[in-house]
Amino acid sequence: MSRKLPRKDVVIIGLGWTGSIMANELTDEGLDVIAIERGPWRDAATEFPPGYVQDELRYRIRHELFLRPEQTTFTFRNKMDQTALPIRDWGSFMPPNGVGGGGVHWNAETWRFLPSDFVLKTHLTERYGAAFLPEDMTIQDWGITYDDLEPHYDAFEYLCGTSGTAGNLRGQIQEGGNPFEGPRSRPYPNPAQKQPFSHTLFAKAARDLGYKPFPQPSGNMSQAYTNPLGLHLGPCTYCGFCEWFGCGNYSKASPQTTILPRLIRKSNFALCDNSEVIHIDLDRSGKRATGVTFVDTGGVEWEQPADLVILSAYTVFNVHLLLHSRIGTPYDPVANAGVIGRNFTHQTISTVNGFFDNKKFNFNPFIASGSIGMCIDEFNGDNFDHGPHGFVGGGYMGQVQTGGRPIQTTPVPPGTPKWGAAWKSAVRDNYLSSVKPGTGVHGSFYSYRDIYLDLDPAYKDRFGRPLVRMTIDFHDNELKQNAFLTDKFAEIIRAMGAHTIDKQYRKGPYDSTDYQTTHLNGGAIMGTDPGTSALNRYLQSWDVPNLFVMGASAFPQNTGYNPTGTVAALAFWSAAAIRQQYLKNPGPLIHV
Amino acid sequence: MSRAFKRSALCVVAAIAACFCSVRSASAAQDGQKFDQIEKGRYLATAADCFACHTVPGAGKPFAGNRPIETPFGNITSSNITPDGDTGISSWSDDQFDAAVRKGVRPDGSRLYPAMPYTAYTRMSREDVLAIRAYLATVEPVHQPVKANTLPFPFNIRTAMRVWDALYFTEGEFKPDNRQSAAWNRGAYLVQGPGHCAACHTPKSFLGGDKHSEGFRGSSLQGWFAPDITADQRQGLGQWSEADVALYLKTGHNRLSAATGPMAEEVADSTSQLTDDDLKAIAVYLKSLPEQQDAAAAPADPAVMAAGQAVYRDQCSACHGLDGRGVAMLFPSLVQSSLAHASDPTSAIRLVLRGGRSVATDAEPTAPAMPSFGWQLKDEQVAAVLSYIRTTWKPAASPVTAEKVEQIRQQLATRRD
Repeated sequence: MSRKLPRKDVVIIGLGWTGSIMANELTDEGLDVIAIERGPWRDAATEFPPGYVQDELRYRIRHELFLRPEQTTFTFRNKMDQTALPIRDWGSFMPPNGVGGGGVHWNAETWRFLPSDFVLKTHLTERYGAAFLPEDMTIQDWGITYDDLEPHYDAFEYLCGTSGTAGNLRGQIQEGGNPFEGPRSRPYPNPAQKQPFSHTLFAKAARDLGYKPFPQPSGNMSQAYTNPLGLHLGPCTYCGFCEWFGCGNYSKASPQTTILPRLIRKSNFALCDNSEVIHIDLDRSGKRATGVTFVDTGGVEWEQPADLVILSAYTVFNVHLLLHSRIGTPYDPVANAGVIGRNFTHQTISTVNGFFDNKKFNFNPFIASGSIGMCIDEFNGDNFDHGPHGFVGGGYMGQVQTGGRPIQTTPVPPGTPKWGAAWKSAVRDNYLSSVKPGTGVHGSFYSYRDIYLDLDPAYKDRFGRPLVRMTIDFHDNELKQNAFLTDKFAEIIRAMGAHTIDKQYRKGPYDSTDYQTTHLNGGAIMGTDPGTSALNRYLQSWDVPNLFVMGASAFPQNTGYNPTGTVAALAFWSAAAIRQQYLKNPGPLIHV
Repeated sequence: MSRAFKRSALCVVAAIAACFCSVRSASAAQDGQKFDQIEKGRYLATAADCFACHTVPGAGKPFAGNRPIETPFGNITSSNITPDGDTGISSWSDDQFDAAVRKGVRPDGSRLYPAMPYTAYTRMSREDVLAIRAYLATVEPVHQPVKANTLPFPFNIRTAMRVWDALYFTEGEFKPDNRQSAAWNRGAYLVQGPGHCAACHTPKSFLGGDKHSEGFRGSSLQGWFAPDITADQRQGLGQWSEADVALYLKTGHNRLSAATGPMAEEVADSTSQLTDDDLKAIAVYLKSLPEQQDAAAAPADPAVMAAGQAVYRDQCSACHGLDGRGVAMLFPSLVQSSLAHASDPTSAIRLVLRGGRSVATDAEPTAPAMPSFGWQLKDEQVAAVLSYIRTTWKPAASPVTAEKVEQIRQQLATRRD
């Protein structure tokens, strides 16, 4: 029996990027908002001060900022006929935990998706014909367009102080920016960051090969910035401890640096931290959420009634809560029916290490920021003709090296012994004169009928509920895409002057222990048809109209970019729909 | 200041429960109709920051006292100034209230300790003080007995305060100086009277009395050194414009500095709520206080400077910049910081050893913090880096010795704040 708390206008599940954006927007609207966060309160100044945060062992190797698998985890398998086993140590992705969510540890790579990405099924079918797509590929259009999202991308970039060079300003292609990007209404709020030597050398090699390199859009500040909420960020110091780490220099955009100091001063906002929501409560009709039930660290169960529920946890936990709350029909891959768990995707990452003459090249790889780097976009999305290649999708590629941290930055040429004096000698000889792009090839991962999330039949969490089961593998389309992109990338690394290159193709089967990115997507996707999507174009549940579900779980398939810019833009877009439409007339915003 | 975020579900429940308890008993002696007087009193009580000492932080009982006020002679517990019949001040007459605030005399005729700054409040008029009383009569009465005198012998003998008053207390209202502007006079009144800035910023004698000849030149208290707030170019506000002073008091931050330690509390509870005109007046007055340049200090040893520069570049420059100028409104400029260059380096040492949080205000909610380096830097390294900071960009302040750092480190070991 849970204890009942007084009613709120809005309850938000999870206070990461999207929860913080929603909380700020809806408190601005005058609503009384409470956020319930599974992990601890985190504040930039006290939780990751520059005095000790540069600790690779603590934050990278031992996963300081992430969920402890002991609290909850997932089971994993590649194929539907296999038995899934629990993940007991995070590998291919890192579920965030605590206030700020993934916005604390992210690199701040702040991309917009291509206009064609939002209408992918239509676009590819029109250009190549339906038969060009693999039979079991289940890609869909999003139900929105790039133009719908543009003002909200802009809002997020100005909130964050994103550093970058515009490539397309109101339709005019700009020198030095990404010529493939959709038109943006105004330039980035800050100029691009300065680029270290290896990144500059990559850009030169790419330009010589006929590409149009541009600086990666970055939530690391190129200069001091004051955002629209009046919060201050300081210039990035290129310390090289960004990904996996919080930034106590106030140089990386995060909920902590861009929203929370303003949000927590509002009298109509409250937060319960260390409190795990175990289900969304529904009324008897099953068509209306009445609030949420959560458990605190003392094991006490609480009911928080609310008129509006915002589900803004990490991708897999969004799906987890929907399944446990019996909202929407669970996906059944055999019948190809149902929606919750459908179109689960990840990313297709690979890289190429380059080794240079250490008498001629000194890259000082430790000079870096989280999203430093020069990129090209010629092989992303449908920016090139896929006809001759027999696959769809793509990705950006670049020398995006985010640090030279001691434990993990030990690139050695192929053939070097894996330990002992010869290995040590090779590390010493190559540390300063090699390039080790963190994200070399950042490839898309399209959706398939047999890649999905459901509830595990055997393994249960601490509350006795089934764990989420991930069934995921690489299909030929993605592996072909990766081989093509990795070879193209290697040509540029070679053109930089590397004497040896080490191509690290992404190969199947999908390996849950090898880190790619934390960009898990899908499972509660947006779309135009309630039969194949969980959410309408405003991220509103088709089944429970007073429930909105944020995050990359809404992506029908994944593109060749980092997702956060789009995740945040979707949150602003959804908040605008709630403020301008839903609150005036609560109910479904789309009727079908 | 809103306490908007709740650290646990139980806190939420507690906060909600508190909402149902705001039924107040009326205070018969006061005329609740006198809005103008009550409103004036509220403003003066804010300027006088009655809240800070008479409220236990976070306890949800404004003005109910029981907060230990640290003095060099021991802790003094603040009194309950809510209109509670038994434990507050509702039974006091106006004369008794006025005598306590402006003369340091309790209703029973015994003496208050000057932790209650009647030495400054005496500059207020009786009308001002009774306005504060009228406001205090409208706050929620809290039944909370307070054990007022917790000082050790011999300081617990209140009659001794008669001697102290004879030595250090000059009774009398503020008298405007006709040669000065209206703003200067308003500023002087606020600073000398309700603002009681001297309580922290004026050096004290061994008995805790103000050294009037060194007014506002900085003083030690509660493990900090409250810096010089005269127009002194190096240690004081000489390089601050009047707008810098006013912005600092309003928001806790300006292009050069940020409020931390006890001043953070003062900004949050008091100065951030004053009118812009009053803050400008305070700035005009403070900037008129004469500077008293100290003799130049002996330069630091070159080896110490080299070591200090190395520590500075590794640990400090990321935020404060290689040039020491920081980032406006975010990271203080060490070139102009009065804390860094104060004659007494206590606050600078403390900030390096333990760090410190700047104040969050509605105007400036970012509230960045100085991290703690005490776990990482040895006394010699702290001394070296501070000597570097104190002598590199400005006419030299005295170098900091490792012995002084060790002394502050030991003092901090027993401090919880």
